Amino acid sequence: MYNIFSKNQSFKTLLNISAGIIPLVCSGILLALVLNSFNAFSEFGFFNFLSSKEWNQSPNNESYGALPFISGTLLTTALALVLCIPLSLSVALFNGEYYKGKTISNVLNTIVDLLAGIPSVIYGLWGFYVLRPVVMSLGLSSQGSGILVASVVLAIMIVPYAASLSAEFIKLVPKEYKESAYSMGATRFEVIRYVIFPMASSGIFSSFILAMGRALGETMTVTMLIGNTNQMPQSLLDTGNTLASIVANQFGEADGLKLSSLFALALLLFIITAITNLIGKIIIKKKSISK
Amino acid sequence: MNNTINNTRRLVTSRGIHLLVCSLSIITSIPLVFIIGKVFFEGIHNLNLQFITKPTPNTFNAMIAINNGENIPGGIANGIVGSFIMLILASIIAIPIGILCGTYLAENRHNKFAKCISYMTDLLQGTPSIIIGIVVYAWVVIPSHGYSAIAGSIALAVMMLPLIVRSTEEALKMLPDSLKESSLALGGSYGKTILKVLLPSASGSIFTGVLLAVSRVVGETAPITFTALGCSMVHWNIDQPMSSIPLLIWQFYNDPILQPLVWSASLFLLIFVLFINISAKIINNKSKK
Repeated sequence: MYNIFSKNQSFKTLLNISAGIIPLVCSGILLALVLNSFNAFSEFGFFNFLSSKEWNQSPNNESYGALPFISGTLLTTALALVLCIPLSLSVALFNGEYYKGKTISNVLNTIVDLLAGIPSVIYGLWGFYVLRPVVMSLGLSSQGSGILVASVVLAIMIVPYAASLSAEFIKLVPKEYKESAYSMGATRFEVIRYVIFPMASSGIFSSFILAMGRALGETMTVTMLIGNTNQMPQSLLDTGNTLASIVANQFGEADGLKLSSLFALALLLFIITAITNLIGKIIIKKKSISK
Repeated sequence: MNNTINNTRRLVTSRGIHLLVCSLSIITSIPLVFIIGKVFFEGIHNLNLQFITKPTPNTFNAMIAINNGENIPGGIANGIVGSFIMLILASIIAIPIGILCGTYLAENRHNKFAKCISYMTDLLQGTPSIIIGIVVYAWVVIPSHGYSAIAGSIALAVMMLPLIVRSTEEALKMLPDSLKESSLALGGSYGKTILKVLLPSASGSIFTGVLLAVSRVVGETAPITFTALGCSMVHWNIDQPMSSIPLLIWQFYNDPILQPLVWSASLFLLIFVLFINISAKIINNKSKK
């Protein structure tokens, strides 16, 4: 009897220990970011660092600020989201309502899945050699790369996430509700507009929040396409840098105060994505409880 | 009369929206065709035996070959070996921990600590890959005074971990409670019940989850760049810098001379990733039947 008990106990301990690794990793990430960015924050001050537009690397006059990169991140993410919403909503309706369970919906589903599987560096390569020349030939900007191209590719990348999650929530709307609307003479669109959307709205909203979280942190594609300049972007056609892309671009040769500033930017990005994801997940959890 | 016009308008709106949804869905699928097509046509003619057996050439040799109108000498063997080694190491680290942790979450659904871990798994899953890259740089590369394949594998393992945890948890939650209860009733210990009954029953879905995790990280560049750094030779020392396929693409993507090699490397990576993705889907469908 004692034997079984101790075996149970030791296996449970093993499970507990391995479960403890996740908080260990998370706190390790936070700790590494905070410790390494401490220098930058104490040199420039927290709010100064956030609001400064300067990114000056000359050895005697170093001065680093996060504002250009925060605005670059917000601009690319916002534009990508604007482009992503109609597309992913359509795919979600196609798979979750119009052709639910049909072969054609399986085909579209597979296509969207494969889109989600393409590595980001290949998206970047494609954007660099296919989309950038298109923007140049349209005369929109001289070197092609910039916030616009980065956002378009980013939108293609996040559509699969938003679409597949939204489709799940659209599928969850009970049949009875839709059928009662049809029996009163509602058209398909009216059912979608007045039955499905109100019931699935918070789920769909959260799927866009989660897609936004992906867009905020996407690194390689953006680094290859955004043009990598450290000034405040003036327009959507301008080049710029996001929090993720400046770290990817300059971390390799950085040391001292610059390295610390890059860690500080990473810490900001970590906090922003963590909050975004948390909001998305909380909405989803609430939704699944209220059902 | 008025009523009929009104009804017609409603029907037309409905049809119009239907058409809009269909056309936007088709527009969404166009990039896939374009991307795969472009990578295929640019990459296919350099994809030969030499490509997977020789390491990357230096720019000078490549330039001579191009001037002579030949194919670029060399291939991406260093990237293939590096990707392979780092994936294996990352799997060795992440799979056992991920499965045990997922089991913990499935077994303790209402426990506060488990809920906390569940949130942290989401947090980890949402963490941008570049952050994981520089954090592992701070954890491993700085203390060990050098870039290494081990550091790269740790970064990949951190990325794989939440994916495996989630898929294991979901797979175990799908199993009926009676399975666990009958094993316990027959006198099986808790550990045996999980290792010999629950995990094998869920193995199909768990394996799918592992495959998907592998296919997600095999194309990751950002966590590798500042940990494994890259290397132009083929070697098997895991304490030395190493390259990987996506890293090679990233290093040479705007080098006009190595263009053909970059496209072929992309094609190779794309085929590999899509192959894993599709086989994961097939395995999942089979295990559900």
